[in-house]
Amino acid sequence: MINNLSGNRKFILAKIIVVTSGKGGVGKTTSAAAIATGLALRGNKTVVIDFDVGLRNLDLIMGCERRVVYDLVNVIQGEAGLNQALIRDKRTENLHILPASQTRDKDALTLEGVEKVLNDLAEDFDYIICDSPAGIERGAQLAMYFADEAVVVTNPEVSSVRDSDRILGLLSSKSRRAEQNRDPVKEHLLITRYNANRVDDGDMLNLEDIREILAIELIGLIPESEAVLRASNQGVPVVHDDKSDAGQAYLDTVARLMGEEVPLRFHAAQKRSLISRMFGGGGRR
Amino acid sequence: MRLLDFLKGERKKSASVAKERLQIIVAHQRGQRGQPDYMPMLEQELLEVIRRYVQVDQDAISISLDSDNDCSVLELNVTLPNRD
Repeated sequence: MINNLSGNRKFILAKIIVVTSGKGGVGKTTSAAAIATGLALRGNKTVVIDFDVGLRNLDLIMGCERRVVYDLVNVIQGEAGLNQALIRDKRTENLHILPASQTRDKDALTLEGVEKVLNDLAEDFDYIICDSPAGIERGAQLAMYFADEAVVVTNPEVSSVRDSDRILGLLSSKSRRAEQNRDPVKEHLLITRYNANRVDDGDMLNLEDIREILAIELIGLIPESEAVLRASNQGVPVVHDDKSDAGQAYLDTVARLMGEEVPLRFHAAQKRSLISRMFGGGGRR
Repeated sequence: MRLLDFLKGERKKSASVAKERLQIIVAHQRGQRGQPDYMPMLEQELLEVIRRYVQVDQDAISISLDSDNDCSVLELNVTLPNRD
């Protein structure tokens, strides 16, 4: 049965998930790396693609920057085969990275080229994670165009929430699913850099408010965590630090992406002094 | 904290200010979703034409484009001032 399944790979559709945000610096690449690694750790054949042509960084976060030979643009322009450009992750089985070009600009990507690469990858992988560049220009639109699902990375901060809403508008009008009148792209909200204590003090938007403003379902909540910088310093996606709060929160997110029901964690304030609790800082509203 | 704030009569929390501002700007953004790029220009020029005949305020005009399957309707609302 299992042999039969893998023999018929072509008939199993890979799920294409774009990790996007509009605003830069909110944690797209960190999230794409963590989600892709988490999916692979759960046994899914996963490839993560860097769409940030000219400013590649996924390779650094994944810790494979010295193994990049060919990239996405080389493949699209026929200068290298897909298998030459794919980098096999050293720590995690089932995980591959397709880096972006560092020397070309975003015009080197074409819609047809991206489609062909995704179609070829879909034959071999269960999940294709597209790490979008910031902005709403061509690069970001190409990264989202073919997506089945979108993870919209949002910080609890006004400019990030507003930009996320802009991206949601694009997903509902400028994606292949929208243009072909198919089922819309499934949109997920991923809140990162959440500081429950500041929320509790009334100085940070709480997750309910963000969810209500953007009107999409929450797929995960990643607390602001020292583990994230530690992970990027070392080039090891933060899910490998499974003792850390951020690592666990990303693993929860991955489980939800796979359809499991996992209760939300890390949303309650901690380490409050007795006095501040007595004066009403105990629970969230 | 909340009791203390209440006693001190402290100002509104910054997060609720953020929420209100976002609700307004996001609602505005959504109103413009899917509209053609020329809409703001069209609105401005229509306003100029109307002003040649009637003095109306900048915000007295609202314009929207609704599309059904096979037809689009351009809806223009102008609030004229009361005539005394």
